[in-house]
Amino acid sequence: MNVTLKIWRQQNAQTKGKFKTYPLRDVSPEMSFLEMLDYLNMQLIEKGEEPVAFEHDCREGICGTCGLYINGRPHGPMRNTTTCELHMREFKHGEVIYIEPWRARAFPVLKDLIVDRSSFERIMHAAGFISTNTGSAPEANSTPVSKIIADKAFDAAVCIGCGACVAACKNSSAMLYAAAKVAQYAMIPQGKVEAKERVDKMVRQMDAEGFGFCSNTYGCEFDCPKGISADFIALMNREFFSSRVCGHKQK
Amino acid sequence: MALAGIFLMLFLISHLLTNLLMLAADGGKAFDRAVELLGHPAVKIVEYTLFAAFLIHILLGVILQLINYRARPVKYKKAPRTEISTFSRYMFHTGIIIFVFLVIHLINFFFVRMGWAPLPETAAHSHDFRPMAVALFQNPWYSGFYVISMLFLGFHLKHGFQSAFQSLGLNHTKYTPAIKIIGTLYAIFISVGFAIIPVYFLFFFSS
Amino acid sequence: MQKLNAKIPEGPLAEKWSRYKAGLRLVSPANKKKLEIIVVGTGLAGASAASALGELGYKVKAFCFQDSPRRAHSVAAQGGINAAKNYKNDNDSIYRLFFDTIKGGDYRAREANVYRAAEVSNLVIDHFSALGVPFARDYGGSLDTRSFGGVQVSRTFYAKGQTGQQCLLGAYSSLNRQVAKGNVKMFPRRDMLDLVITEGRARGIITRNLVSGELERHSAHAVVLATGGYGTVFYLSTLGLGSNASAAWSAHKKGALFANPSFIQIHPTSIPVLNDYQCKLTLMSESLRNDGRVWVPKEKGDKRHPTEIPEDERDYYLERRYPAFGNLVPRDVASRAAKERCDAGYGAGDSGLSVYLDFKDAIEAQGKKAIQDKYGNLFEMYEKITGINPYTQPMRIYPAGHYTMGGLWVDYNLMTTIPGLFAIGESNFSDHGANRLGANSLMQCSGDGYFILPNTISDYLADDIRTGKIPTDQQPFQEAEEAVKEKIQKIMAIGGTRSATSFHKKLGKIMWDHCGMRRDAEGLRKGKEMLNELEEEFWKDLRIPGSDKEINQELEKALKVADFFEVGRLMCEDAIQREESCGAHFREEHQTETGEARRDDKNFAYVAAWEYKGHREKPEVHKEPLHFENVEIKERSYK
Ligand SMILES: Cc1cc2nc3c(=O)[nH]c(=O)nc-3n(C[C@H](O)[C@H](O)[C@H](O)COP(=O)(O)OP(=O)(O)OC[C@H]3O[C@@H](n4cnc5c(N)ncnc54)[C@H](O)[C@@H]3O)c2cc1C
Ligand code: HEM
Ligand code: SF4
Ligand code: FES
Repeated sequence: MNVTLKIWRQQNAQTKGKFKTYPLRDVSPEMSFLEMLDYLNMQLIEKGEEPVAFEHDCREGICGTCGLYINGRPHGPMRNTTTCELHMREFKHGEVIYIEPWRARAFPVLKDLIVDRSSFERIMHAAGFISTNTGSAPEANSTPVSKIIADKAFDAAVCIGCGACVAACKNSSAMLYAAAKVAQYAMIPQGKVEAKERVDKMVRQMDAEGFGFCSNTYGCEFDCPKGISADFIALMNREFFSSRVCGHKQK
Repeated sequence: MALAGIFLMLFLISHLLTNLLMLAADGGKAFDRAVELLGHPAVKIVEYTLFAAFLIHILLGVILQLINYRARPVKYKKAPRTEISTFSRYMFHTGIIIFVFLVIHLINFFFVRMGWAPLPETAAHSHDFRPMAVALFQNPWYSGFYVISMLFLGFHLKHGFQSAFQSLGLNHTKYTPAIKIIGTLYAIFISVGFAIIPVYFLFFFSS
Repeated sequence: MQKLNAKIPEGPLAEKWSRYKAGLRLVSPANKKKLEIIVVGTGLAGASAASALGELGYKVKAFCFQDSPRRAHSVAAQGGINAAKNYKNDNDSIYRLFFDTIKGGDYRAREANVYRAAEVSNLVIDHFSALGVPFARDYGGSLDTRSFGGVQVSRTFYAKGQTGQQCLLGAYSSLNRQVAKGNVKMFPRRDMLDLVITEGRARGIITRNLVSGELERHSAHAVVLATGGYGTVFYLSTLGLGSNASAAWSAHKKGALFANPSFIQIHPTSIPVLNDYQCKLTLMSESLRNDGRVWVPKEKGDKRHPTEIPEDERDYYLERRYPAFGNLVPRDVASRAAKERCDAGYGAGDSGLSVYLDFKDAIEAQGKKAIQDKYGNLFEMYEKITGINPYTQPMRIYPAGHYTMGGLWVDYNLMTTIPGLFAIGESNFSDHGANRLGANSLMQCSGDGYFILPNTISDYLADDIRTGKIPTDQQPFQEAEEAVKEKIQKIMAIGGTRSATSFHKKLGKIMWDHCGMRRDAEGLRKGKEMLNELEEEFWKDLRIPGSDKEINQELEKALKVADFFEVGRLMCEDAIQREESCGAHFREEHQTETGEARRDDKNFAYVAAWEYKGHREKPEVHKEPLHFENVEIKERSYK
């Protein structure tokens, strides 16, 4: 099949970018979306042009490195699918495909389709952990966790940190990403001890990074490749209020 | 924001119930009695809270919208196809419409009550809202504007109701679906409830 | 010639580690603050090491090439992590885990290291649980386990099919805590391009900042490599596309011996190749073999749709050949059996290069819901990639390059032959012999990082408390940076016509055909020749567009491919030298009449540790004999 690609090209963070059009012939429907871009890049390299820069690593939907805004949706038209898992069989012969980087103030473009997601890292640095030292843990089964809670914590923990929630959100809010971590730890006994401080610090950091505010449109949930539920956002809000209202004053 | 919103939503219920009394077949007696209550000191407190709530809600709404606008300096070229409810997408816009309505609404009634605007001929005194309303509603333009505003208010509330619960973290696998349904019913009740008053006075009432 | 001293402590096996540990020297908290440690790699091994060292108070600098530590390829591990908890009361124990690992590794691993890994495995589970890793639990709230290939107990802890992700995120969280405390400084988007040695000790690294293109010098009192596996030498593999041998290789070139490079595990259950542009083989977890049954048609070239092939025309060849372990035989055995069937013409699919993995019986017996609970995400993944629904049709699978048992040679302290250079996790060689058992790698990586290295490195650093900060303007740093700069200029200047990937693809095919699941001396020699030729072409005809002063993904790839030529040659060399079949290493010349591997314990019970002698120079092999005092060496039978 043939497709026409309209791809955002930008030399580096300092320069301005623009869209370039690439007609691409003989694309196999069996190719993954990124293999299709590899195929384009091979042709560009043979022509001596710079290939399109995009990020990826595992190519199996788990590392969260990849992420392209494809035809108006992060990770493309399929739900619960990362860009690297998307296959060309989902596109039509002759289709025009727009490929853009994640757009958000907190995710500046580094080159072409690569953005800097270090803001996500700093949210985790703020308090995305349970403070326990190596070697100090009690025997694992001495802390029972109800299966229902453990499963729910798992559902929150599957976030791959891709940033699609921010890309999808009309407000560029990072609530789903932060909430997934806050919720995972807030639900289980191991994480409850410092739950109040955690949510406070993570939310503050998130706001400091320049993400937008949540207005509960649930676009994040719709486009999260891991199907993380916006219920966790409510849980984070609850934690946040209870932290503000009941939490101790911090120095 | 959500707290103010909830307060406003509660207010809307009482306001609507009061207004519906206008339709009562008693020539407006019950309504007048209700209006008299406005002078009560307890109601005064509620009134000030109401102004504060509006102010907070609107101010926060505008600030958040500005921040959110700035959070994405470069927009997408391809129009987003992420499916979100239209109501949630246009909260700010419906909010603005409500705001415009509110200003006009206040000029028409509240200003009169406070004596900041001249008393219309139809009214006997500054609390005599029913004749004022009847006169306004018999203007098809005004009624049309009122009905449309109520429609947008309904849109705003359709999303706002459940959104407030989500924002406050009042979420539960069992009850949230019910909250969403109640929110929709509430939005319909409020917007239809307010809208039938001008429709009644325009089409089915002659003084 | 260097003398290999594995420094294995004396004493009974079960007490070696505790006794040895008690004798290791310590560094006082005040001095720890003055000591810097570089950790390259933030996978399960690196992240756990960096965080444990940070907790102790060392100043740690951690590096990875991804934009976040959370994306290291440990994230992709699916099936689980082993520990000798004996929660199932199935008579499991540290000794049994040790024994299974030694046997699974076909008696080519070091007893003392393996026992220690088994010993700390329980601590690892406790620690992860405390870190909030959401392992599967049963209704009573305690941890659940499942069984894995090559063993008869249920000791594998798991978090659906995403155990690696959850463990890595656990380690990542502990790393973040140390970043917040200022004990660890993260350097993401850096490629380590060289190791710096001053006065005989590893004292730093040269990295390329992948955003600015700048070369940077980083110094420390010790360097830890946790750079993972190099299965990408096959081009098509289950690894992440950025996985590489380059960091370890740069250390090898500077004197670190490389052990058993040809021991590379081919995983039996990956999704087969579907198109020409494919660059990645997606693994379907081994845990699927708990419930899935592997088969091919009994009829040669039977191209009927799998659901149309009746029961009695199916050959469940694993159950047939290995009745005791059936579908749960170890990976090397399962992979070769699949290859054997396909080579004999019984393979499924258009290419004939796949076998079926069927869940029909399991779904009938346990219900769809139960299967969905266990493997839901794997089934989804399969359907996304192939467009086929595995609930109604059998999966098609084929072996794929997966895990490198070989790696930098380390002693009992996890130190390489370069003083001050440590190697942990998949990048070292020590714990899996010639074949790794499922779920043992996550165990080893986190054991190394959290519980072993922090102790042994202190012993090394105890000598360094007076050294002071290591300046980066010393000559060795300058020279190393210069050398890297030259290499980059040289590679940028080739100005040919072909992409790095096109070379990598060819290289991978050479390795797969000549140094893959079945090897013979002639093929290996030929493979080496072909690598030489391809390497020459590479240095003539490579093209890297763009500049090296900014993001340049082609340059990144090319630098990795350049090293793979050398790695590939060493793998062939190692495979030629090992005139036996053991574990993943199968030499056609050494097999029984029934086609099983024939080991030669008399002559080959050793670790082959290679010394680099220069580009295209014949490397020198050093042999570390393996002594088995606690297990009886037996033929490895799963029949
Ligand atoms: C698909 C798959 C499934 C698996 N399933 C299981 C399982 O179920 N159970 C099990 O026990 N094991 C499993 N394994 C094996 C196991 O996941 C790995 O062996 C283990 O995670 C390796 O961890 P590591 O920390 O050594 O390396 P990795 O996690 O690979 O990390 C390597 C790190 O080094 C960095 N790095 C590499 N090169 C450089 C460089 N040149 N410069 C700078 N940084 C560099 C990377 O950025 C990364 O941070 C699986 C492996 C794969 C591929
Ligand atoms: C009768 C009047 C109004 C009522 C009852 C009302 C009610 C609500 C409620 C309940 C919410 C959800 C709150 C939350 O989820 O946090 C909301 C959101 C919002 N309102 Fe109003 N509102 C009214 C008027 C206005 C006006 C005049 C504006 C003018 C700008 C406005 C702008 C907004 C915006 C932008 C939001 C979305 C922000 C968010 O959810 O965070 N509203 N409103
Ligand atoms: S919440 Fe979902 S969309 Fe957001 S970063 Fe995590 S996985 Fe990606
Ligand atoms: S490349 Fe890892 S999730 Fe897509």
